[in-house]
Amino acid sequence: MQFFFEVLIGGLLSGIMYSLVALGFVLIFKASGVFNFAQGAMVYLAALSVVGCMEKGAPIWLAVILAFLVMVVFGVLTERIVLRRMVNQSPISLFMATIGLAFFVQGAAPLLWGNQPRGLDIGLVDEPIPYILDTFGIVVSRFDLAAAGIAAALVLVLALFFQYTRVGRALRAVADDHQAAMSIGIPLQHIWVMVWGVAGFVALVAGMLWGARNGVQFALTFAALKALPVLILGGFTSVPGAIVGGLIIGASEKLAEIYLPPLMQGVLEGNFGGIEGWFPYVLALVFLLVRPEGLFGEKHIDRV
Amino acid sequence: MFNRSRKIALMAALVAGAFASVPAQAAEEEFFMIPSYRVGPYGANGNAFYGGFVDYLNYVNMKGGINGVTATWEECETEYNNAKGIECYERMKSKARTSAGPIHTMSTGISYALIDKTAADHLPLAMMGYGRTDAVDGSVFPYAFPLVTTYQMQASAIVKFIAGKEALKGKKIVFLYHDSAYGKEPIVALKAEASLNKFTLVEIPVAHPGNEQGAQWQRIRQEKPDWVIFWGWGVMNQTALKTAQKMGFPRDHMIGSWWAGSEEDVIPAGDAAKGYMSATWNVSGKNVPLIADIEKTVYGAGKGNVQDKGKLGTILYNRGVSAAVLSVEAVRRAQEKYGKGKAMNGEQVRWGLENLKLDDARIKALGATGLLPAVMTSCANHEGSGKVKIQQWDGSKWVLVSDWIEGNKALIHPLFQASAAQYAKEKGITPRDCSKEK
Repeated sequence: MQFFFEVLIGGLLSGIMYSLVALGFVLIFKASGVFNFAQGAMVYLAALSVVGCMEKGAPIWLAVILAFLVMVVFGVLTERIVLRRMVNQSPISLFMATIGLAFFVQGAAPLLWGNQPRGLDIGLVDEPIPYILDTFGIVVSRFDLAAAGIAAALVLVLALFFQYTRVGRALRAVADDHQAAMSIGIPLQHIWVMVWGVAGFVALVAGMLWGARNGVQFALTFAALKALPVLILGGFTSVPGAIVGGLIIGASEKLAEIYLPPLMQGVLEGNFGGIEGWFPYVLALVFLLVRPEGLFGEKHIDRV
Repeated sequence: MFNRSRKIALMAALVAGAFASVPAQAAEEEFFMIPSYRVGPYGANGNAFYGGFVDYLNYVNMKGGINGVTATWEECETEYNNAKGIECYERMKSKARTSAGPIHTMSTGISYALIDKTAADHLPLAMMGYGRTDAVDGSVFPYAFPLVTTYQMQASAIVKFIAGKEALKGKKIVFLYHDSAYGKEPIVALKAEASLNKFTLVEIPVAHPGNEQGAQWQRIRQEKPDWVIFWGWGVMNQTALKTAQKMGFPRDHMIGSWWAGSEEDVIPAGDAAKGYMSATWNVSGKNVPLIADIEKTVYGAGKGNVQDKGKLGTILYNRGVSAAVLSVEAVRRAQEKYGKGKAMNGEQVRWGLENLKLDDARIKALGATGLLPAVMTSCANHEGSGKVKIQQWDGSKWVLVSDWIEGNKALIHPLFQASAAQYAKEKGITPRDCSKEK
C-alpha cells in the first residue's frame, strides 16, 4: 500500500508539470479560439532565452525578465505578422498557421541561442524530502512539491484575472465571437497581443521548471505531447480543468505503468512496459467519447 | 541591347566555367556522402559528430589527401528522420557512382532503411556502434558494417566490468532501456549473460522520448537492484540521471551505453550526473596527438567545421574523427589492392572495409593511440573489435576507469550468426562462402 501511495503521489506531482504546459494552450484557446500548436515550441524558446541570457552573463533574475521580454516581442510579432491577417478565418486556418509557427520557432530558437543541451539551476534540488521519507517511507520530491505550489499560484492568479478584471472579460468576449467583440469596441489586436504575452509568461514558467528538471534542450517541445490528453480531459477552455486533467493523467499513467504490464504479461506474454506513452491518449479518447467538451469545458451548442 | 549583352556575358561565363571545371574533374577525388543531422531534436549530437568527421577529411586533404586523392563530400540534413534519410541517400547516390566512401547515418532507423538499398547499389554502409548488429556476419550482409563494436558486445563488456568489481551470482541488475529497436537490441545478450553468470535481470522500458521516468524509477526503488544498466538517448539520459537522484539511487552503480555517455548527456543533469559511468568505444580529450594536430592544422588555417571550439575533444567530436579515420583507412586499404592514388568506387571501398588492418602500429602512425581500439575486419567479422572502455563523469569531465574490455565473443557472436541466418532465409539470400573471400 505504501508503494501504491508513492506511485500515486509521484503521478499527481508529475501531472502538475503537464498542467503547466496545458495552461498555455487553454489561455490562448480561451481568449482567441485558436488551438496554439506552437505552445511546446514557446516553452522551448522561453527556457532557451533564460539560459542564453545567463550564458551571456546575466544573473538569473535579469535573464528571466529578458526572456519574458523575448516572449512579449514574440507575441507582438505573432499578432502583427500572422494573426492580424487571419481575423475571421476558420479555426482550422488559424490552427494551420500555428503549426507553421511551431516549426519556425523550433528552427529559429536554436539559431538564436544555439542547440547545445544545457542545465538550468533555479535553486530547487530534485531530491526526496527527508522527513516524509523517514516517517512514511515515501519519496516525495522537494522540486515537484515546489512546482505544484507554483502551478497552484499561477492558476489562482489566472482564474481571478479572467473572472474579475475588465481585460479578462474582454478576452472571454473575443473568444466567443471575434466580430461581436469588435462591434462593441473591444480592440482585438491588443487583446491578442496581451493573451499571447500571458501565454508566453506561462510558457516561461513551464520552460524553467521543465528545463531545470530535464535540461534545456529541443526535447522541451515534446512537453506539449503530454499536455494534449490533459486538455482533452480537462476541457480546452478551463484553467481549473487543465489542473484537474493534469492530476488525472499524471496519476493514471503512473499507476498504469506500474500495475498494468504485469497483468498484460500474464495474459499475452512479452514485455509490456513503457505504456505511459500511449495510455493517457487512450484515457483521453474514452473521455472524449463520453464527454466531448472535457470535464470542465463549455458545452458547444449551435442554433439551428 | 542590354539583354543581348547580358546573354553574351552569360554564355561567356558558362564556357569559362566549363573549361575551369576540367582540371577539377581530372584530379582524383573520393566522394563521401554525408547524410547528417545538425538541427532538430538531436542536432547537438550530430553537430559534434559530423563536425569531427568533416574536420578529419579536411585534415587529410591538407596533409596531401588519401595517397594524393582529394576527399570531397556533400552533407544532406536528415534531422534524424528515416524518410529524410532515405531522401538524402537517393539524392546523393548518383554522385557516388565512380567513388564512394563509407556512408555514416548515425541513426539505427536510417541504417535499417538503407541496408537493402546500399546492397543493391553496391555502396558501403558503416554503422559504428549502432544499426543492424547481426550484420557482423558479412557472409549475409556484404555491404553493411557494424564496425568497432555492437550493442550486444557492449552490453557483454559492461557485465564483464561489473563482474570485475563484484561476483555476479545472486545479484540483481535492472536494464532500463529506450523502448525502441535501439533499446531492445542488447536484451538477448543480457539474457545470455544472466543465464551464464546467474544474476537476475529485470527489464524496464521507457516510452519515447523518455522525459518522464517517475514510474520506472519507483519500480527500480522497489526492486532494489545492485546495478542499473542503462540504454538511453537524448533527453532520456538527463531525465534518468535526475530521477535517479530524486529516488536516491547511487549514480556510481549506473552504467550507460555509449549513446548515453557524451558531455551533452551529463552536463545538463548537473550534480545528478556525478559518479555516473558509461561505455565508450572512443575516448574524449585533446591529449590524443591526432585531435591536437587537427585543432592546430585545420582550425589554425581557419577551415574548422565546428563553430563552438569547445566541442573539440568531446566524446562525440572524437567519435566523428574516429569514424572518419576508419573510413579513410578503408579507402587506403582498397587502394593497396586496386591502385594507389586512384579514387575507389563503392565495391572497392566495401572490400577495404572488409579487410581493415587498423592495428596498434597503424593507430600510432596516425597519432590516434588510445583514441579507438584496433580494428581488424574480415568477411566473417564486420565488427572487427568488440571492445569498449568504461568512463566515469567526475562533474566536469569523463575519466577512464577501465582499459579496453572485450565482450564475451564466444557467447555473443553465435547470436549474430543465428540472426543473420534467419534474415538470409527470410530474404532468400545465399550467404557468401567467407573462406573463398580474399
